[in-house]
Amino acid sequence: MKLHEYQAKQFFAKHGIPIPKGKLATTPEEVEQAARELGGKVVLKSQILVGGRGKAGAIRLANSPEEARRVAEELFGRVFKGHVVKKIYVEEQLDIAREMYVGYVLDRAKKGFTLIVSSVGGMEIEEIAAKHPDKISKTTIDPVYGLWDFQVRNALYKASMPSEYFKEVFRIAKKLYEILTTYEAELTEINPLVVTGDGKIVAADARLNIDDNALFRHKDLEQLRDYTEEDQLERIAVERGLNYVKLDGNIGVIANGAGMSMATMDLIYIMGGKPANFLDVGGGASSEVVKKAIETILMDKNVKVIFINIFGGITRCDEVARGIVKALSEMEIGVPIVIRLAGTNEEEGRKILEDFIRETGIKLHIAKTMEEGAKMAVELARKMEEGGEA
Amino acid sequence: MAIIVDRNTKVIVQGITGSQGRFHTERMLKYGTRIVAGVTPGKEGQSVHGVPVYNTVEKAVKQTGADASIIFVPAPFAADAFMEAVEAGLKTVVVITEGIPVHDELKMYHKAKKEGVTLIGPNTPGILSVGETHLGIMPTHVFKPGPVGIVSRSGTLTYQVGAYLTSLYVGQSTVLGIGGDRIVGLTFVEVLEKFEKDPQTKLVILIGEIGGTAEEEAAEYIKSKMTKPVVGYIAGITAPSGKRMGHAGAIIEGGRGTAESKIKALESAGAKVGKTPLEVAQIAKQILEKGQ
Repeated sequence: MKLHEYQAKQFFAKHGIPIPKGKLATTPEEVEQAARELGGKVVLKSQILVGGRGKAGAIRLANSPEEARRVAEELFGRVFKGHVVKKIYVEEQLDIAREMYVGYVLDRAKKGFTLIVSSVGGMEIEEIAAKHPDKISKTTIDPVYGLWDFQVRNALYKASMPSEYFKEVFRIAKKLYEILTTYEAELTEINPLVVTGDGKIVAADARLNIDDNALFRHKDLEQLRDYTEEDQLERIAVERGLNYVKLDGNIGVIANGAGMSMATMDLIYIMGGKPANFLDVGGGASSEVVKKAIETILMDKNVKVIFINIFGGITRCDEVARGIVKALSEMEIGVPIVIRLAGTNEEEGRKILEDFIRETGIKLHIAKTMEEGAKMAVELARKMEEGGEA
Repeated sequence: MAIIVDRNTKVIVQGITGSQGRFHTERMLKYGTRIVAGVTPGKEGQSVHGVPVYNTVEKAVKQTGADASIIFVPAPFAADAFMEAVEAGLKTVVVITEGIPVHDELKMYHKAKKEGVTLIGPNTPGILSVGETHLGIMPTHVFKPGPVGIVSRSGTLTYQVGAYLTSLYVGQSTVLGIGGDRIVGLTFVEVLEKFEKDPQTKLVILIGEIGGTAEEEAAEYIKSKMTKPVVGYIAGITAPSGKRMGHAGAIIEGGRGTAESKIKALESAGAKVGKTPLEVAQIAKQILEKGQ
């Protein structure tokens, strides 16, 4: 779960990391009012959960409350990288003398969080590493023994941290680790960590992503989740207990297992088509789940064909087939469906589907292998796009 | 022959009285797994499919001489169950549970390393030594004994490849899921090392997916140390960046962990990479036939 900058900064402040003065606003009037309270010269920061906000134009300067209001009128409702601006965090403008970086990221290969420190900043961390290898350091921390002072000291020395900032950055790096572990974050960073003209060090930006799997221990954080930020379809899918990711193609995919769902998407692509989604119905695939899955996929109006690809393992194909038949009897589909059932009791499963086709006249396309099914789905999608009958 | 576990491995089921634990205990027993005890705190004295239940792993080990455990305990308690298994002296622990917090998984990983414990998973379908024993939740009937070792980050895809292999009359030695999470115990490289040494295994199929660098590390090992042929498959060439695809570990982050990068790494290490699950099985068959 990603937190917004304004939310993350509240946690930073609570743990003693200095942040600029700021106020959250949801209307141009509130922005103007906030700018007035903050002394007129402000930064307007769109609260959207994407990186590179500055370059995209979602962060803007204003030099008076009136200008702040005008800029806010432009920003509210605008879409940046698919995210609509609904909240703006208004902050005092900083007199920036220097930019630096402190953060913790999960290193999957080294099996620990890595402290990254840089005495330069204001760009992506990858860019810093490429341009200033002598000004950046990476230190992986043993999760059992935790962070020790010498590790932070060494990290700062290696990053060529100027002595006048050393003590304060040391303190901030330790506080940030406290935040990482207290809230079970999977990532937290300050980029940039700013040195102001009068020598103060403040977190000008804040990133704090909480591990979804740990939220059961942090019930108070769950309420910070901003659903308006997540794709509406994906939100509905989550509520229905489905694992769904929207893509931009026209062939709806339903499969069981994460790897299998990805492999099905890939197969469609290899056969010359474009998958509309990732959807994993998981192990059981009862008729209820199949029905919910089809309903979810059909909410995406780009979908022209559905490809159901099930490998029956412990789940028997005849059970899955009954589920599909039940779901199809209860709803109007409107697009062709390709089904491939394989694995345990696949003959029985296929027979149930064939009987259903004979009895109802509903057209289902039955494939023997997932490769054949993907090919059929791609051909049907092409016919549908050409306006023909499939 | 098989890697890590065989027909003599004595197994404890942690969380045996839950619905998953019960269901899979019955299936494993039918396959021939030597399940000697179950553990659920507060349920000592009960039995599940004839398996005695104990309150603690320590007591279960003392009474039965077990040497491995399989964990079906819910995510909030799974790390605790794992620590209990390790403290009780078990050297192989399979963690089926999905959804364990990553901060817990880091501690589990380091505990396993420190104590010399083989941790399989979390979020794994388990391990199947075909024809010998099964510590997992796999549909065992799709696999037949033979020369192909399978190591994978995905459950269903593994069953699919296994079923294709079996339909081509190519059997399997050991089938092992390393787990779909970001932090897992046993890595691709460690499993490849074991397959390299296993006399039954003549060829290895590696099924990877987007996220992390485990496949790239495997490619390094294949290039420098592996003498047996490896056939790869990578899922997720159409997965968008920054989106988690079902598994906690299946995510492209900051442009890293793409399918392209993994396929390239495997191919440049000399492994053949199949474009589809069926092709993977066909390539494996061709290589084995050429070798004879």
